Amino acid sequence: MTDAVANLVALLAVGVAAFAGWHTVRRQPFSNPLFYAAAVLEIALLALLVGGCIALAGTSRDVDGVLFVSYLVTLVVIPPAVVLWGIAEKSRWGTGVVVVAMLTVAVLCVRVLQIWKGTNV
Amino acid sequence: MSDAGTGHGFGRMLVTVYAVFAIAASARSLYQLATKADEAPVAYALSALAGVVYVVATVALATDRRRLATVTIGFELVGVLLVGALTLVDEGLFPDETVWSEFGAGYVFIPLVLPFVGLWWIRRTQEADRGQLKAPRTHTTRGRNH
Repeated sequence: MTDAVANLVALLAVGVAAFAGWHTVRRQPFSNPLFYAAAVLEIALLALLVGGCIALAGTSRDVDGVLFVSYLVTLVVIPPAVVLWGIAEKSRWGTGVVVVAMLTVAVLCVRVLQIWKGTNV
Repeated sequence: MSDAGTGHGFGRMLVTVYAVFAIAASARSLYQLATKADEAPVAYALSALAGVVYVVATVALATDRRRLATVTIGFELVGVLLVGALTLVDEGLFPDETVWSEFGAGYVFIPLVLPFVGLWWIRRTQEADRGQLKAPRTHTTRGRNH
């Protein structure tokens, strides 16, 4: 269950990254659909934060709580920050910024799952 | 700030990658120092130093401070090469990973590539600025903006 959720959010992030990359290649500035895609991802990340905290409170396993929650909080902060940073840049690289950030989100999702399962270093 | 500054165009993306590493390295070292400082003090102190350097480089690039950016990125280049080589020679030297261990292999070698791209970008924007002295033009808004 948790595997599926984290991987799904990671896939969603990769999807938004691809969509943003398509903008970058076509030299298009930040578009409304891209904004909505980032918003959908943000909602998913908020859900992951809430769900993660509930799951952390309910688990009997030894999960590194500080690390886990700080990763989840970082994930929630990234999309709004990058949208502001990207919209301010009017060239193609405004969306290139989004590609970088969304790939980061995907990697962090995988890391969150590793921390949750206790398979991290 | 001119349009050819290091924080615009392609530089915008570069600053983003730097910001990711600034946060990753400094957050990691904060966590390591707070929870298990005695396990590998050298590695964690190095992580902290790397984090600070990335933060300064990010700010320098974003605000077009070229000298500061060059110094910090140069430091990174030396750091990743030196630590990368040391981790290969003697594994016991750094018991826990840092961003620069094994030339940044844990971060798909981005820490190794990043300083080269950073220095190239500083050079390139400098040339663009010189070109602008003759005929001012906004080179990031249209045309051949790599």
